[in-house]
Amino acid sequence: MIRIALVLLILLGSRGAWGHKPSDSYLRIERAPSGFSGQWDIALRDLDYALGLDGDGDGAITWGELRARRELISGYALQRLKIVGGTSDCTLAAEDLLVDEHTDGAYAVLRFSALCPGGFGDWSLHYTLFFDLDTQHHGLLRYAADGVMGTAVLTPDNRSFKPAGEGESPGASSLGSFLREGVWHIWIGYDHILFLLSLLLPAVLVRESSTWRPAPTLAVTVWDAAKIVTAFTVAHSVTLSLAALGHLQLPSRWVESLIAASVLLAAANNLVPVWHRYRVLFAFTFGLVHGLGFASVLAGLLLSTGGLVQALFGFNLGVELGQLAIVAAFLPAAYMLSRKRLYVPLVLRAGSAGIIVIAVIWLAERSLGIRVLEP
Amino acid sequence: MIRDARSGVSEPAAATPPAIALGLAAALLAGGSPAEPFRPIDDRQVLEHVSTASGGAGELRRQWVEHPEDRELALRLVRRYIEMGRETADPRFFGWGEAMLAPWLEEGRASPDAWVLSATIRQNRHDFSGALSALARAIEAAPRSAQAWLTKAVIHEVQGEYPAALQSCLRLAQLAPGMVGATCLASTLSVTGQAEYALAQLQQALRSPDADTNTRAWALTVQADIAQRLGRRETAESSFLAALTLRPHDPYLLAAYADLLLDQKRHTAVTVLLRDQTRIDGLLLRLTLAEQALRSPAAAEHIEVLKARFAASRLRGDALHLGDESRFHLHLLGEPDAALALALRNWEIQREPRDARILLEAALAQDRPEPAVQPVLDFLARSRLQDVRLQKLTARLAKGPA
Repeated sequence: MIRIALVLLILLGSRGAWGHKPSDSYLRIERAPSGFSGQWDIALRDLDYALGLDGDGDGAITWGELRARRELISGYALQRLKIVGGTSDCTLAAEDLLVDEHTDGAYAVLRFSALCPGGFGDWSLHYTLFFDLDTQHHGLLRYAADGVMGTAVLTPDNRSFKPAGEGESPGASSLGSFLREGVWHIWIGYDHILFLLSLLLPAVLVRESSTWRPAPTLAVTVWDAAKIVTAFTVAHSVTLSLAALGHLQLPSRWVESLIAASVLLAAANNLVPVWHRYRVLFAFTFGLVHGLGFASVLAGLLLSTGGLVQALFGFNLGVELGQLAIVAAFLPAAYMLSRKRLYVPLVLRAGSAGIIVIAVIWLAERSLGIRVLEP
Repeated sequence: MIRDARSGVSEPAAATPPAIALGLAAALLAGGSPAEPFRPIDDRQVLEHVSTASGGAGELRRQWVEHPEDRELALRLVRRYIEMGRETADPRFFGWGEAMLAPWLEEGRASPDAWVLSATIRQNRHDFSGALSALARAIEAAPRSAQAWLTKAVIHEVQGEYPAALQSCLRLAQLAPGMVGATCLASTLSVTGQAEYALAQLQQALRSPDADTNTRAWALTVQADIAQRLGRRETAESSFLAALTLRPHDPYLLAAYADLLLDQKRHTAVTVLLRDQTRIDGLLLRLTLAEQALRSPAAAEHIEVLKARFAASRLRGDALHLGDESRFHLHLLGEPDAALALALRNWEIQREPRDARILLEAALAQDRPEPAVQPVLDFLARSRLQDVRLQKLTARLAKGPA
C-alpha cells in the first residue's frame, strides 16, 4: 500500500514542472605560455554532496568552511579532468579558489594551470567530474586556443572533447569569433567608449570666442565626428597591429593607466577647453595608447602565425563596427539635444564631470594596483 | 546579498555643483556591474544553504555510506530522493538517485523494485523508451508488480498509445486497490471517447473512504482534468481545490490549477496562487502569463528570467520543457514560428491533450495553413479525444487561420 502511494506521488509530478536546471559545471580553458590556464566553476551543492562542505553541520556553507577544504576540492576536481597536449598528459595545478554566483546558487571557482610538456600540437580533454554521483551532470566547456574558440557539452555519454582538426578550417570560424570578441571588447571596454564619447560630446557644438554654440548643421557635426573617429581608428589600428605582432611592448599597468588618463583629459577638456582646436590630433595621439589596450585582449589567446592576421583583421573590424554603432546611436540624439539650451550645462558639463570622476578612480586603481570599482 | 560592499569616490575636478552630483551618480552606477568571481573577506560569510536533515535523506545517506552493500537501505534512499525531487522540482535528486541505481542495473543484479525506480526517474526526464525497457525488465522478474504496471500505463498514456495504456490499467486494476485502478482506467477512457463514463466511474470511486492521501489526490487531479475537458467548470474547480488541500505545495497540481484559472481569465487569482513561485520554471511561466495579462511591471523581468532559464537548458543540451517553451514563445514573446517548431518537436515526444493544444494554438497563429498540423488533427480524430478547448481550436483551424 505504502509503495503504491509512493509511486503515485512520483507520477503526480511526472510531467515535469521542473525548477532548477540540473547540475552543470562551467569550465573555461585558454592557451597560456606553458600550456593552458583554466577556470572551473563548480556548484557548492554538488561539492557538498560529493565531499561534505558543511563542517559544523548547520546547513550553511561559509567561506571559512570552503577555504578549509580547498585542497580537498582542487584535488578531487583536477583528478577528474585530463588535458592532453600533443603527445602527453598535461600536469594540472590549482592556483586559486574564489566564489561566484550563477542562476542556481553559489559556485566554487577553481583557477588552475596546465603544464603541457608535450607541446602545442593537437590537444584534447577528458572529463569525468560527478558522473558517478549524478547522471544528469553536464560540464559546459568554453575554450580558446590556437586561434580557435568554441564551446562543448560534456556528458556521461560524451566524456571527451577534441577541437575539430584538419577537416574544418579554423580560419572561417576564428574570423567570426574574433569579430565578436572585438565588438564585445569595445562594448565592455567602458574606458574606450568613454574616451570616444568625451571627444564627441562637443562635436555637436562649435566653439566661438570662449562660448559654445550649437553646430550650424548636422553635416558639420558629422564631419567633425568623422575626423575624430577616423583619427582614433587609424591610430589604434596601428598600435594594435604592432603590439599583437610583437613589435611593441609596454607594461600593461602603464598602458591601462595612460588610457585612464586619456579619458580624464578628454573629459576635462570639455570643461576647460584648452586644446579644442587640436582634438583630432588628440584623438590620434591617445588612439595610439588605446590600441595597446586592445592588444592585451588578443595576447590572451596564443596565436599560430597563420591565424594571426585573420584574427587581427577580425578583431579590429569588430572594434570598428562596435565603435560605429555607438557613434551612430549617439550622434543624432546628441545633435537634437544640442539644439536645447540645457545641452551645454547638463550633458556637456555634467556628463564630462561624471566621466572625470570615473576616470580619476580608474587612474588611481590602475596606477596603484588597488581595486575600488568593478571595471 | 553575498557580495561584500565596495565603494569609493575620490575628489572630482572643478565643476559646477549639479555636475558633481550627476557625476557621483554616474560613478556609483558604474560601480554596480555584472557578477565576476570574487574572494569573500569574512570567513563567516554564508555562501550557500544546504538543507541538513532534508526530510531524512541526509541521515539515510550517512547510513548508506557506512553500509553501501545494504540494497534495501539504498532503495529507500532512492525513493526518498525521488520524493524530494518531485516536491522541490529539483532535478539533482533524480540524478543522484539514478547514479545510485546505475551500477546494479549494469551488473544485472537489480531487483524489480530497482528497475521500477529507474523507470520512474527516466520517465521524469522524458526518456520514455528507456523507462519502458526498464519496466519490461521489472515485469519480467515480477509480473504482479502493481507499481510497474502503473508506471507503464502512465507512460503509454503520455505517449498517446491508448490501447497499451488500457491494457496496463486493466492489469493494474487486478493487482491494486480500487481507487488506483479506477483512476488509471478513467484517465485512459477519458481520452478515447468515453469521457462521461470515465467521469462517472471516477466520482463513484472517490466516494470510497479508503485510499491514502496521495492516491486520493491523484484521483481528484484526474477528475479535474476530465471535467475540464468536458467543460464542467465547477466540478473541475472543486476537484482541484480538494486536491490542493491534500497536497498544497505540489508543483504539478499548482500548475494544472493555474492553467484552469488562466483559461477562465482569473489572472489575479493566479498571481495569488503562484506568488513567489519563481524557482520552478513551469510555475514562473504561468505566473508571468497572468502578470502580462494584468500588465504588471513584474512581467518584463520574469520574461527575461525565463529566457535565461530556457537558454541555460538549451546550452546544456536538454530538451525537457518544449511544451512550456512553446507557450512562452507564443504567448509571452509573440513568436508563433518559434512556438510552432517547439510544439512540433514536443509532439514527437509526448501526446497529451495539453501538447496538442499548444500545437494547435501555434498553428492558428501562423498566417497561412500549416500542413504539419494535419497528423495531429488525424490523431485527435482517431482517438476520439473529447476536449471542448481542442474542439474550438480545431473548428477555427478548419475555417482557416486568421
